[in-house]
Amino acid sequence: MFSMLLRRMGLGAITVWLVSIIIFAGVEMLPGDACTAYLEREAKGKLLENCRRDLGLDRAAITRYSEWAGNALRGDLGVSANGQKQISELVGYRLRNTLLLAAGAMLVGIPLALFLGIVAALWRDRPADIIVSTTAIAAMTIPEFVSATLMILVFSVWLGWVPGIVLTSANAPLADFFPEVLLPIAVLTLVMTAHILRTVRSSVIETLASDYAQMALLKGVPYWQIVFRHILPNALLPTINVVALTIAWLLGGVVVIETVFNYPGLGRMMIDSISDRDLPVTQAIALIIATVYVAVNLLADLLTMLANPRLRTAHMRRK
Amino acid sequence: MSISTTYQRPGPIQRFWAVLQDIAARPSGAMGLGLVILHLVLALIGPWIVPFSYTEMNAALMLSGPTPQHWLGTDHLGRDTLTRTLLGGREAILVTGIATPLAVLWGGLVGVFVGLVAGRLDEVLMRIVDAFLSLPWILKMLVLIVTFGTGTQVLIPTLAFFYGIPVIRIARAATHDVVARDFVQAARARGHGRFALIWRELLPNVRDALLVEGAMRWSWMLLAFSSLSFLGFGVSPPTPDWGLMIADARGFMSFAPLGVLAPMIGLSSLIIGINLTADALAKALGIDRAQKAPV
Repeated sequence: MFSMLLRRMGLGAITVWLVSIIIFAGVEMLPGDACTAYLEREAKGKLLENCRRDLGLDRAAITRYSEWAGNALRGDLGVSANGQKQISELVGYRLRNTLLLAAGAMLVGIPLALFLGIVAALWRDRPADIIVSTTAIAAMTIPEFVSATLMILVFSVWLGWVPGIVLTSANAPLADFFPEVLLPIAVLTLVMTAHILRTVRSSVIETLASDYAQMALLKGVPYWQIVFRHILPNALLPTINVVALTIAWLLGGVVVIETVFNYPGLGRMMIDSISDRDLPVTQAIALIIATVYVAVNLLADLLTMLANPRLRTAHMRRK
Repeated sequence: MSISTTYQRPGPIQRFWAVLQDIAARPSGAMGLGLVILHLVLALIGPWIVPFSYTEMNAALMLSGPTPQHWLGTDHLGRDTLTRTLLGGREAILVTGIATPLAVLWGGLVGVFVGLVAGRLDEVLMRIVDAFLSLPWILKMLVLIVTFGTGTQVLIPTLAFFYGIPVIRIARAATHDVVARDFVQAARARGHGRFALIWRELLPNVRDALLVEGAMRWSWMLLAFSSLSFLGFGVSPPTPDWGLMIADARGFMSFAPLGVLAPMIGLSSLIIGINLTADALAKALGIDRAQKAPV
């Protein structure tokens, strides 16, 4: 198991490295650089040359890449183009705010998804299942900006229960984000729950049809004992991976939601940095998101391995 | 009178009809197919049935509620909401309708090829695919759109490129299932070349998986397209587009809620229709549609 883990970690590191190349190359492709953004789009001549020399933009791309990647490894993400501020400082609060959204959605969404998924599977093709499954398809396929706008219209404009837009500044204490943060969390929860519950449902259904579940049923084990002892532990294993995938997706989907609610998180910062051509910030955020994605998937693999006796004891059986 | 014993292989058209009938026989499939067809017909005949021009402004009647002339009211420039909603899907359907087959085609061919040759090339390519998939879609799209500008001629190749990448994985996995079978071994033994193998043995067998994948990609692509429009990186005004309409009308939600509700219903009904159809298609073709996250 240990060698398998090392292999996974190696692959993860390679993926992050490839991502950093893609990000760097992608941003290199953008028209203009930090200097044209900082001075002016049409800046020419001496001023531009000086600026490029100061920021080291006149060097070869490969040199700049290795410098950028090396610094990023040490946690130094460079300096933003227009504000001339340390990016790690700027990103810190934004990351915290996005994590607040994600944590809220996970706290509500994962238990809810498990419950609804199990209910839908155990009462398969009954009204409860049909309602849950149809709602889930609608929730996961309708674009986030549509569900977000609809929620603002209903809960903020019509009912007036919660504010529909976030006006708190990025570095305010977390408590200041209540109650504005509730609607964004609700939208995220809705989409996330739908994704997870569909996997839970199909996984439980699959386990119900397995030989050992049928066997237990035939020899007269009480239904609920089968459900709790045989089905749920086996069925919930694949869920770990889907939760990981969904969290990773959350990081991207959050971009639209943060924009709709004007929420000062990482996603909106990314959109802003792209429109402002703040390339160092764009690169830094992309790298952070990709690293989190890889790390979460790695963690999920590890958890699956720990929870699955077959994988955990593979090396013992071989002996 | 003799009984014919030769088995007549159903032609592609008969097969298509059979699958379509199978989809329509399921309640959710019939509903989905109905919605998709409705939207396609509307996109085709839209310009001839709308009551107003989509650019026609009425300065005296801004943000109005429903009136006998304007059934769904008007927007902040006094344009007819019904007209713009009916026309709002044309651009999206056109762009994604071209980009989806392109994505499935290139992703499918690459996936089948690396699935067949395997080895070092496969390892390297899959790492690159993983790297691409670990970036949020919106970042990848925005970098290309900011580089080359917005507009149909940029959006189609961009969407086709990025949405083809996950198809590589699906096609590769489907190929792995087929490659080990006897008829492929037999074709290899007969001395068929790599391309004959792909064309005659592999593609016909992964086609169904790719069809279902294509239907799913279409719905994700519509989601991406309208989200881009909503964020201001998609179609440009005054083109009527649901994403753009929602973004415009959002600020006036409290006065004219129909301005956001109408395009929302248009967009959601199309996307739900595609998904229901894709689900029914998967069942009709006997493919177990595994749970997939949007990429």
